[in-house]
Amino acid sequence: MDLLPTVGMEGTRDFASGMRDAKLFWLFGGVLALLVVATLVGWLMRRSAKTDAARAVTDNLNARTRAWWKMSAIFAATLLVGRAGTLALFGLLSLLALREYVTLVPTRRGDHRTLFWSFFIITPLQYYLVAIGWYGFFSILIPVFAFVFVPTRIALAGDTEHFLERAAKIQFGLMICAYCLSHAPALLILQIPGFAGHNARLLLFLVLIDQMSDVLQYVWGKLLGRHKIAPAVSPNKTWEGFLGGVLTATLLGAGLWWATPFTPWQAAGMSFVICLLGFAGGLVMSGIKRDAGVKDFGAVIEGHGGILDRIDSLCFAAPIFFHLVRYFFVA
Amino acid sequence: MTARVHPVAGIIAALARAVSGVQVRRVGDKPSGSQSIYFANHTSHLDFVVLWSALPSEVRARTRPVAAKDYWSTGIKLFLAQSVFRAVLVDRKRIASQEAGEIRPHAGAFAVIDQMAEALGETDSLIIFPEGTRGSGETVAPFRSGLFHLAKKRPQVELVPVYLENLNRILPKGEILPVPLVSLLTFGPPLRVGETEDKNAFLERARAAVCDLRRKKEV
Repeated sequence: MDLLPTVGMEGTRDFASGMRDAKLFWLFGGVLALLVVATLVGWLMRRSAKTDAARAVTDNLNARTRAWWKMSAIFAATLLVGRAGTLALFGLLSLLALREYVTLVPTRRGDHRTLFWSFFIITPLQYYLVAIGWYGFFSILIPVFAFVFVPTRIALAGDTEHFLERAAKIQFGLMICAYCLSHAPALLILQIPGFAGHNARLLLFLVLIDQMSDVLQYVWGKLLGRHKIAPAVSPNKTWEGFLGGVLTATLLGAGLWWATPFTPWQAAGMSFVICLLGFAGGLVMSGIKRDAGVKDFGAVIEGHGGILDRIDSLCFAAPIFFHLVRYFFVA
Repeated sequence: MTARVHPVAGIIAALARAVSGVQVRRVGDKPSGSQSIYFANHTSHLDFVVLWSALPSEVRARTRPVAAKDYWSTGIKLFLAQSVFRAVLVDRKRIASQEAGEIRPHAGAFAVIDQMAEALGETDSLIIFPEGTRGSGETVAPFRSGLFHLAKKRPQVELVPVYLENLNRILPKGEILPVPLVSLLTFGPPLRVGETEDKNAFLERARAAVCDLRRKKEV
């Protein structure tokens, strides 16, 4: 257990270096500027809205902006607290996302103990392993150990009705909500030559590009959207929104190369991958929602729906981005 | 009479809301906020705590659950029942032995009705589970007659149907550790016993009022 004090000390060091990291503050400043602009635009749109329909749209838009202020403030605060704060935030997000997912997906009485393990043992263990930087274990805990454990525990409970579906649904929830998402804060433990102490910027880069891609796809879709991509799955996703959003978010990412270990072209490539996977994540989670007959996973974030509605894109982008960085940039 | 609120009550209500992630929905007319009897389906030990915690704090302060004496009779449970929830503890064995014909109604079920009517007093509300025991969550069992007799005795009190969804998944019968899913609580429009309505018709109508609040899957 001598690992714990080390983590604590690194946490303090993260905090100190986070406070001194000028480029991190430039990124925060950029986010702040975006929020101010979005708030002003929303205010002007609300003033000039003439019809009830227009007012409803701008009200929803402004509710989303208000939620963005809060989410940005929470995320910035935890990034500054360092590794411990960031892991705590993402661990909590995983649990809340898993809660929304399991609520929506039918399980049976016999799954109760398995679900208890998923919430209170497996997910916290995943984050503990990330916290101590044990890559070899956290990258297989859920795909290997939980994969074997979940169906076994369900079998021991003795209910065979829909057995395979129940085991698969719980495993999928753990993969999406705990495993995939934990790769975002896992960026903090990567040791990139010449980038030591700045990993918080890499996490902010991922979250910023991923979420801006969502926002820009929404904006382009509202402005120009005509041709639907998959109307049966997600009626609001259009080719115009997709192309416009992915291209502008990729350009934004390229323009932020100075905050990352990447060259401008590499930053553009990474951003492009983040955008594509973010789109895929949103589409897949929409499929699950349609199957369950709901529009959103929840209603905890004003204007956005549930936690899982907000982070679905991140769940797909985080593990791939993590592995790309790890493969190409970690010595 | 001012309601006596134990300091622990607020903490327990907040905890219950956190564990159950309860979302509150209202169907139909808003109850007048005067004295009410909330009656709900029963699937979990969490049911009444969650229903109670979902009420606005000033309503909660004068709302008392009706609970089984045999379950809430010892240690911390007794403390919570008496001091925090101000529960009306009823003797299920009495009702059972009356139904078995061992004792007369006045000593059994009617004594329990009197106890509940007295607990209502002039200002308080009650939470009751007319199924009498916890079910699996798939169906709502037929209602016991207490709700009818109580409503007859105190006709001015509003009867508010409540449907609790997912609590059987959060803490099912026979489990002690909760899985913190999101639950949904639906308050329905209040009803009253008709002047000439007979017992069985009313009980079936009350049960249907609870079942109607079940959220339809919008597939």
